[in-house]
Amino acid sequence: MEIPETIKKKLTLPADEHFYAGHTACQGCGASLGLRYVLKAYGRKTIVTIPACCSTIIAGAWPYSTLDANLFHTAFETTGAVMGGIEAALKAMGYKVKGEDGIMVVGWAGDGGTADIGLQALSGFLERGHDAVYIMYDNEAYMNTGIQRSGSTPYGAWTTNTPGGKRHFLEKRHKKKVIDIVIAHEIPYAATASVAYPEDFIRKLKTAQKTPGPSFIQLFSPCPTGWRSPTDKSIEIARLAVQTAYFPLFEYKDGKYKINMPNPKKEPKPIEEFLKYQGRFKYMTKEDIEILQAWVNHEWEKLKKLAEVFG
Amino acid sequence: MEYKPIRKVVSGNYAAAYAVKDARVQVVAAYPITPQTSIIEKIAEFLANGEVENLQYVPVESEHSAMAATIGASATGARAFTATSAQGLALMHEMLHWAAGARLPIVMVDVNRAMAPPWSVWDDQTDSLAQRDTGWMQFYAENNQEVYDGVLMAFKIAETVNVPAMVVESAFILSHTYDVVEMIPQELVDEFLPPRKPLYTLTNFDNPISVGALATPADYYEFRYKLAKAHEKAKKVIKEVGKEFGEMFGRDYSQMIELYRTDDADFVFMGMGSLMGTVKQAVDILREEGYKVGAAKVRWFRPFPKEELYELAKNVQGIAVLDRNFSFGQEGILFTEAKGALYNTGAKPLMKNYIVGLGGRDFTVNDVRKIADNMKAVIEKGEIDVEVDWYHLKR
Ligand SMILES: Cc1ncc(C[n+]2csc(CCOP(=O)(O)OP(=O)(O)O)c2C)c(N)n1
Ligand code: SF4
Repeated sequence: MEIPETIKKKLTLPADEHFYAGHTACQGCGASLGLRYVLKAYGRKTIVTIPACCSTIIAGAWPYSTLDANLFHTAFETTGAVMGGIEAALKAMGYKVKGEDGIMVVGWAGDGGTADIGLQALSGFLERGHDAVYIMYDNEAYMNTGIQRSGSTPYGAWTTNTPGGKRHFLEKRHKKKVIDIVIAHEIPYAATASVAYPEDFIRKLKTAQKTPGPSFIQLFSPCPTGWRSPTDKSIEIARLAVQTAYFPLFEYKDGKYKINMPNPKKEPKPIEEFLKYQGRFKYMTKEDIEILQAWVNHEWEKLKKLAEVFG
Repeated sequence: MEYKPIRKVVSGNYAAAYAVKDARVQVVAAYPITPQTSIIEKIAEFLANGEVENLQYVPVESEHSAMAATIGASATGARAFTATSAQGLALMHEMLHWAAGARLPIVMVDVNRAMAPPWSVWDDQTDSLAQRDTGWMQFYAENNQEVYDGVLMAFKIAETVNVPAMVVESAFILSHTYDVVEMIPQELVDEFLPPRKPLYTLTNFDNPISVGALATPADYYEFRYKLAKAHEKAKKVIKEVGKEFGEMFGRDYSQMIELYRTDDADFVFMGMGSLMGTVKQAVDILREEGYKVGAAKVRWFRPFPKEELYELAKNVQGIAVLDRNFSFGQEGILFTEAKGALYNTGAKPLMKNYIVGLGGRDFTVNDVRKIADNMKAVIEKGEIDVEVDWYHLKR
């Protein structure tokens, strides 16, 4: 459908659509929204690599594809490596890669495929300096195989292999800070983003596009199926993750940290606000919530310090 | 242009590297492992010296990523190469399926090395043969010349049928042993192997595609059938390309099984790779001593040259299958394949399996003579003593 010019002027996001209806994500899926924004930002001149994850399915079964962009499906742990190969081939074949008019090589992988099994290939990708953008959509568990914990699952969360119950077998480790591991590679650009703040996300995608070398964005993507949350609450939950500083928005560019919170002056809300709509946290005791809050406070203070010292 | 070979004294690994350069490979992604390492070092040296242009070298962090990056490059449309050995090849296993399933004409050199434990860097074919069912074609080189020729032909064949190909050479016996190799001037290589015309690329932005998506039970089966058909077609293409190579450069590869003095042979030695050089030499000596023997060198293990094997088998009384590999719980892998291929044909020579040279154990002309004596006795008796003979065993 043609969008009238009058409406186009008011849009804060690109009007272009390269991710079509008919995809097979669950209702309220953050990942499908995220992928839609990526293609809005980069358009058709994009080569997307998707490993085994929910997005394998979301993109559609052969011979269909919901993506209006070239897409290579690959093995679970190989996103970083395949992107490297694609970028190298484009250069050998004489194409311009990245930048305003170059081809965008994009990796789109889940938290499991990034924080766990794909961490080695991600590290190699970052360290070799390929001109490409790696986006980790973080739904905090292995959703495609039925909600098992990943390294990115937060403390206190129920998953099918940390099921809670009488013996209280819940996830006992805090969320792996993949973004910190990424930044330790001292790449030119890394950022966190959230599907609840699409303008911020798209601005970050554009910054990644303009910055030569490897970029990394960790995108917070609610999963109502895995989080046991109402399908119409995904955006609200994602917003609360930011507002409670559970998942703060920030950028790391050329060695400098910059926090980009929607209301920078406001103190973060208590963590209970983030937990409230999500069935996955229902087994948490009062002490569990305190432990999680303490972790959030600690990480938030650390980030503020980093922004202060290296801002 | 008249063909005047460029003679160089090189190792098997350098022969591979020169072939990669002459094939104008665009992306090399690789990870070091003995005894493969000098292939990728030599390619890096070509780059450093400005002897190759338009080559992107991706020094990845593992073999799994080496194959993944090569896959990404090949899917994008580039001519892509990697090389490895043993543990590295095993680590790649998952991605080998990916390359074949996505129909990418990647060429890889595997330097046969024994699998650990116990650690061994020496020759053994089990690493490559364990990749039998990944959908890759496999060419076994007898000498350094065949490594060079094999890589060039493999690209042409792979790119014709859209199936990846492995060129296999022996650890140290070839990889690190120097020999004269006749290389082909660049213009003639270009004529033989023009730039790749990919089946698909990820760079058609007017009409984007998706590769490797989920296929339901309604479609997956047909994908497998098409790959099976491509291997069937490859048999024809291999012979044609091998013949063309012979016409252009004087070394004929039109047979998937190279037959050596088999015409009037009572029995033949069959095997793959460098050990067949020793066997051919032994055949000459044994012939002078009155043995009526020949050699059958299986060049292409995948696709398997069933028809050529039948033609041979119906004219001999026995086949001594020499396997520098073993499939535990059964027997030598070539032995199983050869017996299986003949089962429904009516050709029933006596077949005996000799397990030789595992982990780099020396295999000499004298060994071939001992096997010949044993095989002769077997044929005279009309029945085999033991089906699988661990020939070198210290007793
Ligand atoms: C080598 C390998 N091991 C396991 C799997 C099974 N597997 C497929 S998707 C998946 C989980 C993906 O989780 P994540 O990356 O977090 O993405 P999500 O499904 O949450 O979107 C797993 C374990 C696989 N495909 N490959
Ligand atoms: S399970 Fe979660 S991530 Fe996967 S499609 Fe459904 S909502 Fe999206």
